[in-house]
Amino acid sequence: MTLIQILFYFFAIVLVAAGMRVITVRNPVHAALFLVLAFFSMACIWLLLEEEFLAIVLVLVYVGAVMVLFLFVVMMLDINIAQMRAGFVRYVWVGVGVASLIVVQLWGVFTAKNAGLASGPPHQAHGATYSNTEELGRVLYTDYVYPFEIAAAVLLVAIVAAIALTMRRRPGSKHQRPSQQVAVRRADRIRIVKMPSEKKQ
Amino acid sequence: MIDISHLLVLGAVMFCISMAGIFINRKNVIILLMSIELMLLSVNLNFVAFSYHLGDLAGQVFVFFILTVAAAEAAIGLAILVVVFRTRQTINVAELDTMKG
Repeated sequence: MTLIQILFYFFAIVLVAAGMRVITVRNPVHAALFLVLAFFSMACIWLLLEEEFLAIVLVLVYVGAVMVLFLFVVMMLDINIAQMRAGFVRYVWVGVGVASLIVVQLWGVFTAKNAGLASGPPHQAHGATYSNTEELGRVLYTDYVYPFEIAAAVLLVAIVAAIALTMRRRPGSKHQRPSQQVAVRRADRIRIVKMPSEKKQ
Repeated sequence: MIDISHLLVLGAVMFCISMAGIFINRKNVIILLMSIELMLLSVNLNFVAFSYHLGDLAGQVFVFFILTVAAAEAAIGLAILVVVFRTRQTINVAELDTMKG
């Protein structure tokens, strides 16, 4: 058992335990924090697989942005925790049953002798000058530039959609409307009134 | 170094944990969204495992895009949740059963 395998098993155990705690814990804030732990251990596993750029991006994007967003929403919604656990027992056996059935089937497929997964040359460890970031960048901006641009458009649409869904106008707030300000005509603002000139006494 | 079957089984276990989470959490839409994020994480592990073993960078590029789309989907899902909470005052999945706006 090399060091890498020992570390892999350690991170895998932490990952599975954190995943189980996410779905079973009462408090949604605790669930979010266990999910953060799961993402961190997955990032560590990816570091073992020599994919350091993806591991760091997982921490930055998922933990740093998405989980912070989850925590914001969890703390913003006023959730009554006492009501949460009422229906837990009814569905737990269905969930566990279906999940264990599927995991047993997948385990059987992936570890079967003639699955053909082990065929092919074993993984060549890269040298010390290998940079996953550079290799990924080399491929991302040349072969995959079209999906890259589409991903940017997807993010823009997500921003616009999230703002459009949640923005609300308070009834008492006042703000300027530049389009109406610019469209004003002279006749709307000025009216010439003819008056006789006053005589000085 | 690390067998591909170990990585794939770990991905399968995470996927099934998240599926069980979707079954079990009938009371809280936020845990449902978190289980979906776990599911996407397990799929990412699958891609990364194959990219490692076949030496092909396409798997890692796809993980990159899955991360992007998952972040966008989480943002919009949470925005919908916030708006639903404003109108219905509940996040109980069993009570979110009308399409009336």
